[in-house]
Formats: sequence, C-alpha cells, structure tokens
Amino acid sequence: MATKAFQKIYTKISKITKATCTLKAEGIGNDELAEIDGRLAQVVKIIGEEVTLQVFGGTEGIPTNAEVVFIGKAPTLKVSDQLAGRFFDAFGHPIDGGPEVEGEEREIGGPSVNPVRRKQPSELIATGIAGIDLNNTLVSGQKIPFFADPDQPYNQVMAMVALRAKADKIILGGMGLTNDDYLYFKNVFDNAGALDRIISFVNTTENPPVERLLVPDMALTAAEYFAVEKNESVLVLLTDMTLFADALSIVSNRMDQIPSKDSMPGSLYSDLAKIYEKAVQFPDGGSITIIAVTTLSGGDITHAIPDNTGYITEGQLFLRRDTDIGKVIVDPFRSLSRLKQLVIGKKTREDHPQVMNTAVRLFADAANAKTKLENGFDLTDYDERTLAYAKEYSNKLLAIDVNIGTDEMLDTGWELFVKHFSKEEVGIKQELVDKYWKN
Amino acid sequence: MATKGTVKGIISNLVIVEVDGPVSQNEIAYIKLPDTKLMSEVIKVMGKNTYIQVFESTRGVKVGDPVEFMGYMLEVSLGPGILSRNYDGLQNDLDKMEGVFLKRGDYTSALDDEKLWDFKPLAKADDKVAAADWLGEVDENGQPHKIMVPFVFEGVYTVKSVAEKGQYKINDEIAVLTNSDGDDVSVTMVQRWPVKQPIKAYRDKPRPFKLLETGVRTIDTINPIVEGGTGFIPGPFGTGKTVLQHAISKQAEADIVVIAACGERANEVVEIFTEFPELEDPHTGRKLMERTIIIANTSNMPVAAREASVYTAMTLAEYYRSMGLKVLMMADSTSRWAQALREMSNRLEELPGQDAFPVDLSAIIANFYARAGFVYLNNGETGSVTFIGTVSPAGGNLKEPVTESTKKAARCFYALQQSRADGKRYPAINPIDSYSKYLEYPEYAEYISERIGSGWIDLVNEVKTIMLRGQEVSEQINILGDDGVPVEYHVRFWKSEVIDFVILQQDAFDKVDMLTPIERQEYMLRKVMDICHSDFEFENFTEVDTYFKRIINHLKQMNYSEFESEKFKKYEEELASILKERMAA
Repeated sequence: MATKAFQKIYTKISKITKATCTLKAEGIGNDELAEIDGRLAQVVKIIGEEVTLQVFGGTEGIPTNAEVVFIGKAPTLKVSDQLAGRFFDAFGHPIDGGPEVEGEEREIGGPSVNPVRRKQPSELIATGIAGIDLNNTLVSGQKIPFFADPDQPYNQVMAMVALRAKADKIILGGMGLTNDDYLYFKNVFDNAGALDRIISFVNTTENPPVERLLVPDMALTAAEYFAVEKNESVLVLLTDMTLFADALSIVSNRMDQIPSKDSMPGSLYSDLAKIYEKAVQFPDGGSITIIAVTTLSGGDITHAIPDNTGYITEGQLFLRRDTDIGKVIVDPFRSLSRLKQLVIGKKTREDHPQVMNTAVRLFADAANAKTKLENGFDLTDYDERTLAYAKEYSNKLLAIDVNIGTDEMLDTGWELFVKHFSKEEVGIKQELVDKYWKN
Repeated sequence: MATKGTVKGIISNLVIVEVDGPVSQNEIAYIKLPDTKLMSEVIKVMGKNTYIQVFESTRGVKVGDPVEFMGYMLEVSLGPGILSRNYDGLQNDLDKMEGVFLKRGDYTSALDDEKLWDFKPLAKADDKVAAADWLGEVDENGQPHKIMVPFVFEGVYTVKSVAEKGQYKINDEIAVLTNSDGDDVSVTMVQRWPVKQPIKAYRDKPRPFKLLETGVRTIDTINPIVEGGTGFIPGPFGTGKTVLQHAISKQAEADIVVIAACGERANEVVEIFTEFPELEDPHTGRKLMERTIIIANTSNMPVAAREASVYTAMTLAEYYRSMGLKVLMMADSTSRWAQALREMSNRLEELPGQDAFPVDLSAIIANFYARAGFVYLNNGETGSVTFIGTVSPAGGNLKEPVTESTKKAARCFYALQQSRADGKRYPAINPIDSYSKYLEYPEYAEYISERIGSGWIDLVNEVKTIMLRGQEVSEQINILGDDGVPVEYHVRFWKSEVIDFVILQQDAFDKVDMLTPIERQEYMLRKVMDICHSDFEFENFTEVDTYFKRIINHLKQMNYSEFESEKFKKYEEELASILKERMAA
C-alpha cells in the first residue's frame, strides 16, 4: 500500500441509510476501508464519483458533514504467534485488556487455495460422541455445521467437540453471541487449561450487527497463518452463521438489491461458500477444519440459509431432542458427514460402514413402527423389536452425552443387533456377520 | 486498432467502462492494474457505457483504471494435450500455477507448446476438405486424437500438403490448405473456438439410440441414458448427487469424460484428482485420469468464471466428438451456474423472473442441453456428447425455476428423493417419478432388443408397474394397518421391495456391487422378475416379511459376489431352495 503524505478528508455525505453512506470521492479502490467520524466502513459500490460505503458500526448519529477518511486498503489483521490466547473484536482489536498484537499485516478475505494443491482430507477427528464418530465421522479439513433450533445446546456441544478434537489451535468466531455464551466459551476453555490454544474474534449481541460480516474472515485469516506458516491443525468454530447471513441481507437490502428466496441476497451461496471453502488440508500438513452453527427456525431446513449452507458444507449435524429417552441426540436421518467415507472402515474397523448403515436402517424401521402405533394399528413382533432396539440405540449411541471409542461404538452396535434381531433381518455381508455376530 | 476504455463504476464484479470505440457483446476485455490485469467479458452495452463482468476479485479497482478490449470472445485452445488436465473455468491449467493460493490475474496456457507428438497423416494432397475434416492424427493417452481442419474455416479447401509421419510440436505447421480464391493457409495442431458457440461441423444429428452403459442398475436397466442423450439429476443436499455423478464418471463406457465442477465443493474435485490417477478404467484397463478432463471452478472461485466453466467443458466435449469419440460430460451443479447468472442479472438491475432468476433462464438452459447429441460426422463416422447435469433445487423443491427449466430440456430425469436417502436406499433415485424418454424411442427398442433380447422394455415397464403397486399397497397398509389388508397385498408389497433392494439399490462403495455390466443386470433382473411372477403361499402377513427378507438377503449376497463365482452360485442354490419352500405348486 502506498503511504500518503496527507490524507484527504471528505465532509459531504449525500446519502445515509441504516447501513450505508454515499459521498463523492475520487481515486477510491473497490473494497477499500474508510473511517467515518472514527467508525470503520468499507467501499461496496462506486459509480463515477459516487462512492457507497457499508458502515460496520451502523449509521446511527452520523451527520452529513461527518469526516470521512479513506485508508487505502482492505480490512487487515496482524498475524503472529502473539494471537494465541487472545480475545478480539470484529476488527481485530483486543478486548481482553491486553496489548495490540504485533506482526505481519494481512488483508482478510484473501485468495482461495488452488484446488490442485489441496490434499484429500484423511485424518479422523474423534469426538467420543457416537452420533458423530459412528454415524457422521469428522475429518480434518472438513467444513460442517450444526443445524439446531435456538433452544438446542449447540454451543455446549461445539465447545465439547473442540476440546476433545486434538487441534493445535482453536479459533472461535462469535457472531451475535450473547454475552453469556461468550463468557461460557471463555470459561470452558479456561477450565480445560486450553486458553493458550484459543483465539477468539467475538461480536456479541451488544455490538452492531453489520460488524459480524468481518468475523469469519478475521478468524480464517488467523487460521490460515497457523495452518500455512506453522503447519498446524486449526479448528475454526463459527457461531452463529444464521446471524451472519442476516447481516448480509441487511446490507444488500439497504443497497436496493433485489432479494431472492427468503429475502436473502442472490449472492448468498457465493458469500457463504467463500467462507466455508477456507476449510482445507494443506500439502505440508497444516489443516483448517470448520465447525459452524446454523440456527434454524422450527427445524426448517428449506429456509435459504440452511439450504444454501447444506449445499456448501460437507454434511451437517442435526441436533434434536428424542422424547423417548429425554435426551438431545444427533439425528441419524438428517445428519451427514460427506467425508466419512474417507476414513470409516479405513482408519476405523472394517465393519464400520455396514454397522453404521444397518443401525440407521433399523432405526428407520422403528420410526415406521412408531407411526403405525400412533395411528392405532397393531404392531408385529418385528415392529415391537425395532421399537425396543430404537430406544437402546438412541440412549447408548445417539445421545450427545456418550463418550466412548469407535471400537466400543461398533461393539455396542453388534450387541444391539444380536439382542433384537436375526441375522437375516440385519442383512450384513456374511464375512462380517461370521466375525462379529456373537450370541 | 483495439478499443480502449476507462473504469467508471464498480459494483462487486460488475464494472462499468466508458469506451472510445466499437465493442461487441461477449467480447473479452482486460482491466489493467499496476501489478496485474483482470480478465472480463462484455455483458451489456448502454451508449458509451459498457458493462463487463470480471472473472476475478475487483478489490482495489479504481475509477479511471484503463481497460483494453481484445476483439474476440471467450475462447479455448483445442489441440492434443487436453486429456488428464485440470483446468479452471477459463481453461487455465491449474497445475501450471505456482504457490498454494490462486493469484489474481495468473493466466496459464492450456496446452504444452514444447511436447512432441507422433503425427500420422490421414489426408493427402488434392483432397477436398471442409471444417472438422481429419487431416491427421496423434496418439493422446491411447486415443486417436484427430488433427482437423479448423472449425472456423468456411467452404471447401484443397489440401496442398500434409506433413509426413513424424514428431511435431503443436504449433508446427502440419498442413497447407488452399481456399477457393487460391490462397494458401497454414494449419497447425492447435485451433481456437469461442465457447458460447456450438461446434456444428457434422453432417447429421439423428435421434440417439445406443445404450450408454453406466454400470448403475437403476439407470441402465430402469431409466437408461443413451450415447448423445441428456439427463439431469435433481436432489436436495445429502441425497447422493455427487456420489452418483462420480460413480457414473468412473464407470461409464465412454472414451472421454469431461467433468465440470461448477460452483461445488473443492474437496469433491480433490477426490477426483486423488482417485482418478489411481483407478482403472473398467473398459480399457488404463488409468481413469487418462480419459478425463476436469474443469474446476469451485464455489470459492470467482462467480463469473463459473458460468464460463460449463461452456468451456462443453466446447472441449464437442471437440472430441468431432474426432468420432464417445464423450460423456458431467456438470455438477448447473444450479450454481444459474445462480451466477442471477447474481449478475441482479447487479445489472434487470427485471427479475421467478425467484429473482433472469427471465431467459429457461432458454439458456435449453440451448446448452441442445449442444449434446449423437452425430454423423462428414466422413460418416459417429461421435457423441452425452450430457448429465445435476441440479441443486433450493429447499429441495422440484418446482423451482432451474429444475423446471431443465426438465423441459433434458430427456432423462433422475429424481433423488430425500426419504429414500434418509432410509439409506442408495442410489436414492425415485423409481416412480424418474423417467427416461429413450425407453419410448423405437430406435432404442430396436437397439436394445438386438443387444439383450426382445421383451426387455416390456420387462422394464413391468418393473415400474410393480414398484407403483408396491407403493400403493404400502400407503394402504399405513392407513388400514397390517391386518386390514389381505395377505396377498403384503406379498405384492414385498415383491416391490425385492426389486428395490436387489435391482435399484446398489452399494457405490463395494468393489463388486458398484459396477454391474448390462449382461449381469439382465441376469439379475430376470431372476428377480421370476420371483415376482411366482405365487407364494402364506398363512398370515407376519410370515411374508420374514420370508422375503431371507430372499432379499440372498439376492444381495449374490450382488456382493463376483458374477458366476462359486460364492455367487452357492447363494443362488440356497435361494432356489428357499423359493421352493413357499412356491405354489
């Protein structure tokens, strides 16, 4: 960036909306940052001399004669080892009372990885939760969100997963986090003695919503530093991406863009993909894994936000309360890990794929039996058995409070098959039945 | 002199340029920045203002930056050395780029200028030739790569000379042609062609009729696609679109496979990069990568290049078709391409159609699908481009504009169904809603009865009827209860389940089951249909479940065993005795 001897100050704002300001200015680059009376803003549109800025802190109280100074560069973050253990706001300023971080200044939202330079993810991430490890195994370099209604304990599950996964760095990108949840994360990481591995960029509900747009890029710029320069495995937690998308729609709305489905901007898919695709396995060993949260309204996954997310991410983990056992489970029907094929039966025991599929299929049979029961029909003996099986399966394997190794999960699966079904009903490849079916 | 311009406005990747001379629609332009230049395409002209979409990030572009117009449209280089390459949407060779991250403005050449090719002449002096006629050939990964009269040549030319058999580089002169005015033109092994225009240098495009084997039973048997046919696979996320696409691209009996990864996940492309060089083509025994071309514009790569990527892929496919080859092109996903059109239409402030898509979406999709096809070349040889696209319907709703528009254009419809995927019934293609129009083609009926035997199509239609009746029964049982319907209804339902589990479902991750040659498909279908045609005797409905589950289990074990192996025969014999238990006399 060229250093300027003096900076021109503009004082004539011609248009102000809730999220944007427009003024006449010259020689301005697209995406460039500006300060409006000390508030950070970014160029989003230039037509001739008219420059439109998106104001991260909101435009409340901005006068038409506010002082506007263009900074001549896109948003940046200073990266170095000093980031570790620190808490920052959406602009990368410390909020933990510590000093500013010294280091190399990098533009956030940098270029994409050349697909031919990526490596195929192959490291299993064990979480101890069978609903994840058995049915939806996670792999380093993956990107996967929790789909959950706001009343589900997604932040707790995410914190648990983060701590059990053996990552070198955990980077938390909090968007519209309540102050309580922010303190919860801080507390959990502190108690686990993991604080020096954690870096947080937090926008709480007390901060202006448009600021959130910076959080994922900040978190991922820090992640790229540790994954590329230090070859570390980095786990990035993004919560809640629904609030991020809401902020996108606020800005596009103020810019008079034609909304597409669910009043989201037409570019939602590309905007989200740019973030999630930062998940990568680098050739030199470093990796970025993204676990995100997308809150749903009433479990509706057809809404534009979860829908676009589902098409981008490598699966989703769907949390729901199972009323039969009174616990939160990882729903085996709606959840999916697309990368599990790379590790199951390869890094785990050979029977993993078939046990996983059969267990879920039988659980589906139980769901049918339940429908029959609710409709007042007699159940067959098979139906009865599937129901008994489903309850145990839910309790011993799907519940999020399970914490066991993968072999133990598979053994539990076989135990349940033997207990409730015949070999024909299970329909697993004969070689595996011969080996693992123990009466 | 080339037209020049200066930047007047920037809205994301749409840039408004004031120009000093003539420009044409879809012309390529470069925005010059101090350290690099950004490739763009003209998409709208309003007086002096020309609107260009930039194939890169426009970060730092300023009003006043100079723009240069090139006078040509987006083109690809066609010549030997395209196979096994990994290109981006603009045909830049991704492997030639340095560093882990993509650099803005880093454009690399598509072909290798230095490589020597063994050239063999096919034409001789005084031959009369026209565009796309074969002048010679080189061996490219075991395929005869024809060197053709450039597609842009109009009229008839006379061959003045053709290079002798020997080794040549792509830019060496391999022929001199004389046009009707008596002027000599030099021809090399490379030619360029604008991607948005179809290559039409063939004699005739008849209705396609030859089965294109994919090894996927629910496609080949139930809803077959043909060489030069079109099909599409819509499905909500998580229903197995990509697994199915990969299975088809691995197994299909094609000479060349072009894969356009259009706005999808990078790791899916990485899977192809990693696996294809290792996996063997089941038909030739060579490595799969040798017959594959990948166009990767993943979802985090620039949006405007996403639109270009499908056209680039189709042009490469058409090029190989002109050599008399069987080309399969897959695009995953065409919805992302439609979304790229939507983003741009939105920035141009055009009046939106349904769901804010451009109003001409339907026409754009139809034109694109029409580029596929089976053709007779000028020399009487045949070639084909079979196109299968996936569609990612928003919210899983098949009534959305991209699915609806594609349904009008494609002849095969493979509807992936959420509930089948939830029940792990893969591939989750719904057997009742899906269709292949080719089953109705008399040309196909004739071809398939020669290949498999007569009555095949009747058998396939019967399968569909059984599936439909099975579904009806299942709905009745849900309403009336297990004992509210006669026992024979249960038998009817379970017969449809046998077809579902044994024919429709297929394990894409099992070495044997993943690929079923048509002969084996025929064998298994006839076996299953014999069971469906038989009468069984049961006392009550609970017996029906258990009995059919045993049958299904044995047939599945057969699917998992090598065809006609000891193991296969063992299960077949056991099955025969199970059948005898209840078969009515």
